[in-house]
This record gives sequence, C-alpha cells and structure tokens, in this order.
Amino acid sequence: MKTKPFAITLDPGSSLANHTGSWRTVRPVYVDRLPPCNHVCPAGENIQGWLFHAESGRYEEAWRLLTEDNPLPAVMGRVCYHPCETACNRGQLDESVGINPIERFLGDEALRHGWKFAAPREKSGKRVLVVGAGPSGLSAAYHLARFGHSVTIREAGPVAGGMMRFGIPKYRLPREVLEAEIQRIVDLGVVLELNAKVTNVLEAKAAGRFDALFLAVGAHIAKRAYIPAGSAAKMLDAVAVLRSMDGEEKPLLGRRVVVYGGGNTAFDVARTAKRLGATESIIVYRRTREKMPAHESELEEALQEGVLVKWLSTIKQAGETSITVEKMTLDEKGNAQPTGELETLEADSVVLALGQDVDLSLLDGVPGLEIDDGVVTVDAAMMTGHAGVFAGGDMVPGERTVTVGVGHGKLAARNIDAWLRSLTWVHAESHELASFDKLNTWYYSDAPKSTQPVLDTIRRQSTFEEVVGSFDETTAQFEARRCLSCGNCFECDNCYGVCPDNAVIKLGPGQRYAFNYDYCKGCGLCVTECPCGAIRTVAEEI
Amino acid sequence: MSYQPIRFYQTGTFTVGNRLLTDEQRSVQANMRRTNSLNSGHRACQGCGEALGARYAIDAAMEATNRQLVAANATGCLEVFSTPYPETSWQIPWIHSLFGNAAAVATGISAAMRVKGRHDVRVVAQGGDGGTTDIGFGCLSGMFERNDDVLYICYDNGGYMNTGVQRSSATPPGARTNTTMPVGDSTGERFGQGKNVPAIAIAHEIPYVATATVAELRDLEAKVRRSMEFRGARYIHILVPCPLGWGHASSDTIRMARLAKETGLFPVFEAEHGSVTQVSKIKHKLPVEDYLKPQQRFAHLFKDAGHPDIVERIQKLADRNIRRYRLLDDVERRA
Repeated sequence: MKTKPFAITLDPGSSLANHTGSWRTVRPVYVDRLPPCNHVCPAGENIQGWLFHAESGRYEEAWRLLTEDNPLPAVMGRVCYHPCETACNRGQLDESVGINPIERFLGDEALRHGWKFAAPREKSGKRVLVVGAGPSGLSAAYHLARFGHSVTIREAGPVAGGMMRFGIPKYRLPREVLEAEIQRIVDLGVVLELNAKVTNVLEAKAAGRFDALFLAVGAHIAKRAYIPAGSAAKMLDAVAVLRSMDGEEKPLLGRRVVVYGGGNTAFDVARTAKRLGATESIIVYRRTREKMPAHESELEEALQEGVLVKWLSTIKQAGETSITVEKMTLDEKGNAQPTGELETLEADSVVLALGQDVDLSLLDGVPGLEIDDGVVTVDAAMMTGHAGVFAGGDMVPGERTVTVGVGHGKLAARNIDAWLRSLTWVHAESHELASFDKLNTWYYSDAPKSTQPVLDTIRRQSTFEEVVGSFDETTAQFEARRCLSCGNCFECDNCYGVCPDNAVIKLGPGQRYAFNYDYCKGCGLCVTECPCGAIRTVAEEI
Repeated sequence: MSYQPIRFYQTGTFTVGNRLLTDEQRSVQANMRRTNSLNSGHRACQGCGEALGARYAIDAAMEATNRQLVAANATGCLEVFSTPYPETSWQIPWIHSLFGNAAAVATGISAAMRVKGRHDVRVVAQGGDGGTTDIGFGCLSGMFERNDDVLYICYDNGGYMNTGVQRSSATPPGARTNTTMPVGDSTGERFGQGKNVPAIAIAHEIPYVATATVAELRDLEAKVRRSMEFRGARYIHILVPCPLGWGHASSDTIRMARLAKETGLFPVFEAEHGSVTQVSKIKHKLPVEDYLKPQQRFAHLFKDAGHPDIVERIQKLADRNIRRYRLLDDVERRA
C-alpha cells in the first residue's frame, strides 16, 4: 500500500460526484420558435432557414430549402411585395433584412448554374389536371409533380406565366427569368398544353381520366365603370394594355395618358405609358395616398419616373382630347364623396384600372360548386364544394398577388396529394412566435441595410430595361448575415459559454447542444443570454 | 485595441462562438476541448458570476500557457465552493493558501519553478475582493513591488459573500450589506475614499494591469492571453456579479456586469508599465439607475421617497470614470 503523507487520509475526489441538478426548480429547454418572416410569408417559405445557409455561402443548399416551398425564387425575388421584410424583427433594431433581394440572388444563382429540381422518388400513378399556368397553377403543378403525381397544365393563352407575363411589365420582371423558371418546372415532367382553353371542367376531367383538378384561371376580365364618353374618346382597359405589351403590336396610347384607379396595375400601366413615349402619364384616383391599394414602392418608383397622381378625383366625362375630373372629399367613414368641383384634363386616352373579375364560364354545371361575390368558395383545404375539384389564386377570395398565388398552389397540392391517398392533410402545429422581446439584441452588431442598384431615371422613362438591379455575391452574403435568426439556434456557443456549471454539452457543428441536467442548477443565464430566443425555461415538477 | 473585432454581422463579435469564424478566431470557451478548469458539481450559487469568471480566466490562461499552469487560491467563495474536502472541481494543479497570502504563495511557487528551470510553467494567484483588496493587500503589494512573475486575478463581487454578505473595501457606495444596513440615517455603504486596486497596481508600474467583466468574454480572454506575454507581476481585476449578495435574478448575472460597464461605473481598460493603453468604449451609455434598480442591495435608494441625492452621487462617480478613462467616443460625448 502506498504511504500517504501525514494527515492525508483520502485521495482528492471530483466534484462530479455532486449532482447539483437536484437544486433546480426550473429547467432550460431548447426550442425552435417561429420567426416573424416565416410567419407572414404567403408562400410559407422557411426564410430564416434558407438565410442560415446563405450566410455561410452554401447557396445551393439555401436555394434547395427555399424551393421546398416556392419554385419561382427569381420571379418572387423581383415581384413579391415582401411582407417578410415588414415583419422582420431587425426592423425594430435598425432596418429589416433585405430578404427579397437575397431571394432574387439565390434564384439567379440557380439559373446561372442550371440547378434542377430533384425528381420524385416514386410515381403515384394518379393524374391531376391543373387549369391555368399562372403562379398558382405552376406552383401546384410543381408540388404535385414532386409528390409523384402525373400533372398536366392546360393554359388558354399562347404562353405560360399568367399575370406574371400579362400583368407585370418587363421592367419589373424580365421575360427570360420567367421563362427559365417555368421551364425548370416543366423539366420535372409536367405536361404543359398551351392554347388549350378548358371550357367545361367536368368534361375535361372525365375525358382526360384525371383523378383531381386544380383550377387557377386567375382574374382577367377588367371591371368597368360607367363614364359618359364621346364617340371619339379612346377608352382602354389596363389588363388589355399590359397584355398587348407582350405581343407584337404595342398599344397606341398617345402622348397624354390618364389611368383611372389606384392599384398596382394602375401604376404598372402609367409607368408603361411613360416608357412608350407619353409626355404626360397621370393617375386619377378617387381616394387618398393612405387609402390606395397599390404598394408604396410602386408609387415611389412611378413618381421618380415622372408619373403624376391626382388624388381624390374621379372621371366625370371623357371626350376625344380631354376629360372632366371631379374633385372628391372623404367623409367621416373614409368614403369618397363628390364635391361638384370640376376640372378639365387633356388626355389622348383613358385606361381603366379598376380591378378584375374572374371568368367563371368554365364552371357552369359543376354540382356543389359555390360562387360568392364573383369568386369561387373553397374550404381550408382549397377544395371547392365539388369533391376532387380544388381552386386557388386570384379566382378564390384573398389578396391578389403572385406570392399568395404560389402559396395557394402549395397548399392545394398538399391537400390534393392527401385527398388522392384518402388522407387528410393537417398543418403541423406552429411554433410559438419569436417576437422581438424574446431576443437579446446586445449580441448583434450594427450593420446598415444594403441597397439595390437602380437604373438611371432617363433610361427608366424610355426603355423597358429592368429598373431594380441585383445584389452581387458579397452584398447578398453581407445582407444574409444581418439575419438575427429569430427563434432558431445558429450555434453561437453562448449557452455553452455562459453556463457557470458546464452543464451545456456542445454536440459539434450542425448538432447544436444538449443540457446536462445532472449539473444544471436552473439559473437561467443561458435563457437570458441566448441572442435569438431559442431557449426557454419550464417549471420542474417537484 | 487588445483584439481586432471581426465583423460577422449576424452575431457581431459579441457571442461566445460563431460558426462563420475559423477555429483560431474563436474564443477558448467556444472550444469543445476547453480545459473546464472549474468543473461541474461545484457548490456555487445559481448564476454565480465568480464561478463563470474563474472558468473564463483560467481556461484562457491554460490555453495561453500550453496548459503549463499552477494556481494558488486565497480563501473565499471560490475556494469554499470548489473544494469541500474531499472533492475538488479544479482540473488544474491548484493549491489553497490562507485568506491573506495567495500572492506570497504564488511568489514562492514562481521562485521554485525558476530554481527548477521550469520557465514554461506559469503561475496564477486568484482570490475574491476580500482576499485581495483587504486581507491579502500587503502580500499583493509586495508581489507587485518585487515584480514577481505571477499573474494575480481578483474576482470582484463587492463583498464577503459566502460568510453572509459583509462589506469589503470593494463594496460600492450606497450598497446594502449585512454590515452596512440602511437603518436610521444610514444609506448603505458610505462614500469613502474608495480603494481602487487596479489604479494602485498601475501606480506600482508593473508590466500589465487590466480590468474586465464576465459580460465581455472575448475582451477578458484577450487580456489573459496578453498578460501571459509578459514576465513579472501582472494584475487582472474582473467584475463578477453575485446574485446572492447583490440581490438580482440569477439569470441576470451577465446583464448586471454589462450594465456596470455601460453606465461607466466599472471602467474596462488595460495598462502597461504604469500607463493606460486601451479602454473599452461604452456602446450605449445608460444612466446608473438602470444598473442600480434591478439589485436588491440598492433597493433602499428607490423605496418610498428614495434617496435621489445618493443616486446623483453615484451618477457623478460614473461620469467621473467616463471623463477619466475616456469611456465615450468623442462623437457621443458631444451629443
């Protein structure tokens, strides 16, 4: 036996024998909270997730995660009105993250490198007909094809794209970008039939032996307003003007153009008129700037290009070279009321941009299908009153944007897939919202928002070149790194570092962390010092 | 600057680790193979700032010395909670001295290593503010004066905490302890002459003096690493909030340290050979109330009518620190 020095009777033991976890009254647990960007995205994108990959330059992984939800990132990165950026928590710190231009960068990277969608592992043997090749139809076709179903799209027009082609001008969405992203969906094995108008839904279903239908014909019929007009007055509708921009014959609008309406389409037409050589392009809108449905960025860009807006005005009468405008005032309810005060504006043509109705003729005689206020009624599963017939996009109630359409397509596809398998699709339970108060923003350094290059005004007034430019790689990565990663661990090691008891186990890159509850005393330091709010405390049962 | 901030905008330089950094740019605490000098199972209170500060500092010292380190430890919380016989939480060569002689014991170890030709082995002495600024002050000053090759680390929690929260010469004015109860005319610890040990250390013109807090890990690690580049006497004073003695939530330990720095009450700086060489600027200046209010030891300053005059005097101390150490950027000072 080894002799020990005088007065020493025991070898030193380790304090690991002392399980201090028994002191605990609350325990920390790792959680994933729902970032506000993901929460509000109409297409249901995992924005925080794909930004995480973009931060480290893994652009293909970022793009693959993005396209799990949305097959059109290069389009969306140009035309989406990005509610995500409005919701972004960073907006409360300095300025929101430029999510939209990063999405565009990823979409363009994919096109540049020719990244393709992975083909489905197995075929289901089911056949689905998608009516309409707009954003909603293309999105549904993409998701259905990825589920392994055989998909046919029938499009009434000569080309695919729907309102992305016939409603959004080239200077906002270059056609080669749109075509490339559509082609990538077709390459999944989706059959695209053009000039193939469906006139009777149930006949088409039976004749093609389709198991389910997704209707997404959009809203193309221009709404009218009664305006007394002389026989020589030139009155056009906005949808027709924008549609003809994609054909050979450009519309003849004259030098002085008046656009009637306050939506995004009105601004698109006014800006298009400017580019076609109009010296004056005036928007007449009956209410105020605060009440207009158009997006603020559309207004800003239009004003920069020299478009004029007459707020609180209606068109009373239209003649050959001039129109009569009546001034309006807002009553206490916010409705526009006439004042009787008249004004004459010179105008070679008047374009009506008062919204669109849905062409519902193809739905005649479908039992159970309901129509309310000019749009098709659908349930939470996007199914109409007729079993197996689903609908989405502009022809169902909801905001009419490309992003909403893409979201409808995804939601419908999931439900169609479940329905074809005699199942019910259930939305996974949403995580708790990662609101700003859950963050410890001390850990994020200041970083100004990056801005996108913008075309010179003079070229914006005379050409259809794209107005807003792209981020280069450095800028895209810088911007991605401004993401706060709200509610989702980004492996900053803070919990691992700040624990006074070494009770956090680091599991290695990509593996996150685990708590060692044998020693965790439940002090809550990790919860307070987690920058992104990915840890919470729960009471121990004592 | 003691270290170059790396701008990874998602997390800044302020988190413990960052997956976007290369291994050599990461902090010691981010490393899965850090020493964990002070291991799990120690008996420190929940959210103990001293346990955290000691692991931060000693792990960094182990890394900087290629794990050739001996530590002498004064009596105090750190010793009591880490080594109740027959257990120890220390995973390094460690010796417990008396309350007042950690600096002298470390000096002896350093001399022994020199005699044995073990120039690679470095020596650390550590203690709380009681063992440093009160009881061990004579030995510490002697160590400075002889310029013994020892790094002395003081973990300052502003009182004798494990014996039941008595005042020390590091207790801040206005604070309640069990020996400075705010009863009758008393408003807690009096405004005395103070005992600014970092300044006293600088006055000895020893090679290296620094202050740090547990709220800025990277700064703390950089200072420990820098101190090991010198031979001779070195002193690092680390502010370690104490949930028990200060009366704040155990989850707020780091926040308290951050507030102490951001209000200017605890200036964070570095000095070499008698001159201040670098100060850590205040990021967002805050009034002292933000620091005082979450702490029970200052609760009497705000109860009922409170003692706005005392708060005002504490604010003056902070403002004086800000002027003396130039804690604000010039731009901010003008604004």
